[in-house]
Amino acid sequence: MVLAMAERTKKQRPSAPREEKSTEAETTAPHHAENTDRLKAELDDLLDDIDEVLETNAEDFVKSYVQKGGE
Amino acid sequence: MSIAKVCGIETEYGIVVRDAELNAVTASSMLINAFLGRSETRTAWDFFDEQPGNDARGLLLGEILAPEVETHLVNTVLTNGARYYVDHAHPECSTPECRTASEVVLYDRAAEEVMRLSMQRAQPLLNGGEIVVYKNNSDGKGNSYGCHENYLVDRAVPFGRLVTQITPHFISRQVFAGAGKVGCESPGAVPGDIPYQLSQRADFFEEEVGLETTLKRPIVNTRDEPHCDAAKYRRLHVIVGDANMSEVATFLKVGTTAIVLAMIEDDAVGDDLVLAHPVTAIRQVSNDPTLRAAVAMANGKRMTALDIQWQLLERARSWADRHGLEAVSVDDGKRILEEWEAVLDGLSTNPESMASVVDWVAKKRLVDGMAARHRLTPTDARLKAIDLQYSDLRREKSLALRCGLRTMVDAAAAQHAVDAPPESTRAWFRGSCLAKFPRDIVAANWDSIVFDVGRDPLRRVPMMEPLRGTRALTGDLIDSCDTAAELIAKLGATTGADQPHT
Repeated sequence: MVLAMAERTKKQRPSAPREEKSTEAETTAPHHAENTDRLKAELDDLLDDIDEVLETNAEDFVKSYVQKGGE
Repeated sequence: MSIAKVCGIETEYGIVVRDAELNAVTASSMLINAFLGRSETRTAWDFFDEQPGNDARGLLLGEILAPEVETHLVNTVLTNGARYYVDHAHPECSTPECRTASEVVLYDRAAEEVMRLSMQRAQPLLNGGEIVVYKNNSDGKGNSYGCHENYLVDRAVPFGRLVTQITPHFISRQVFAGAGKVGCESPGAVPGDIPYQLSQRADFFEEEVGLETTLKRPIVNTRDEPHCDAAKYRRLHVIVGDANMSEVATFLKVGTTAIVLAMIEDDAVGDDLVLAHPVTAIRQVSNDPTLRAAVAMANGKRMTALDIQWQLLERARSWADRHGLEAVSVDDGKRILEEWEAVLDGLSTNPESMASVVDWVAKKRLVDGMAARHRLTPTDARLKAIDLQYSDLRREKSLALRCGLRTMVDAAAAQHAVDAPPESTRAWFRGSCLAKFPRDIVAANWDSIVFDVGRDPLRRVPMMEPLRGTRALTGDLIDSCDTAAELIAKLGATTGADQPHT
């Protein structure tokens, strides 16, 4: 129980989380680059899809989206 | 000792009419009527005993406008135990009472399916026009509509403690529960100053605590209308959240809040997380997608929203070790704690890694991606269009359904839940009676059903205990009755204030 709590406490990273990340990134650089390429390709496909489906006249759509307050 | 966190969500949907001359109230009514079209009979909502003006602080101030009860608009009860109605100028669906956060996710998804079926069934009535429903909370022009949560809380907990200890969670949970918004609607905001923020709703909160829901919105709402035994329970009515498209975000929003409320009942939160200026803090957190903004605490320290969340999670684990997780049900509780840690871990190391879980991250990825691809300025209408269309409930148009959000509910389960009530609360009795005896029920609401079995007077069956009326407690009884009259006879119900048997 005490051990479990200690592990949990270690998992918390309320301070300086970004430093830890940069260390990890250095040691796994090649894998990281591959990953970035894959994510970029995924996002490109997604944006193609969204370009197709997005309301054609964005300006009119946004302007005419008017709601009454509720609750 | 914490009590079972019976809970639910009520969502007011945005509504747009295309190529037809209908105002929003008529269009909302049309959706509901179209949905009910196939029903054998309709069951009206029963307004007996509704008192949304009651204030949990016990004082009723003359200048406060009590919320209106609009009894003239379409208002009905579904066989899954939900309430589907027109609220102001929006269609609104309240999930049935649920025993767990997972069930809330299921019935929130079922409500989306109800809206989709409503849109489809209204289509043929519109001569080529269309009614479109959006699951969001603001129109980008300063008008907001709500997604409210409800939690059963022990009446014995001092209300003041409830307010100060739940507020830090409401402010900081935005990091995973925010639905994301392009732009800012705070009074005096300059377009482009805050191009993107975590929450749909943060701009609209002006008070720490109060009764209103439509103006001067308070972070903690004091409506004291428990819809159950008021001597034992209160219903905490939470108006500060966003409607989520991500199922995991809904699960986290409801699950973590249920846990923190149970912890407050067991006095396991402490006072060192109390915020100095909650109204300022809600905007500071929402306006900072880097998640680095530190807010002022009452003890003079400063903490980020993630710091506060990590503290709450640590205390939740320690509370669970001491008290168990029965208040939120054990299996669900374990899953909440796991997902909670995973989302905080992801947000702490790299917020973008949470694009499959957190709506504001998923939406921001689309907005940033589109802005980079087409070199758009932050105020370009296409970016706001992405924000709005993210929550479009039409399958062929919804951006949220295209961007890889992890799901918890499969399609068949969501369809089933459109008709079938949860088995774990009194919603089961309500929904099952409506399904089996639709012609004999005059009206129903959260805490009673009114039967007309052909003899005067009408029979009101009270259901003052949210955890009675479950399938385990009343399944055999309902199965054994061929008629509503038989059911009433077996319940021994009479009009008036007799003891609830369900």
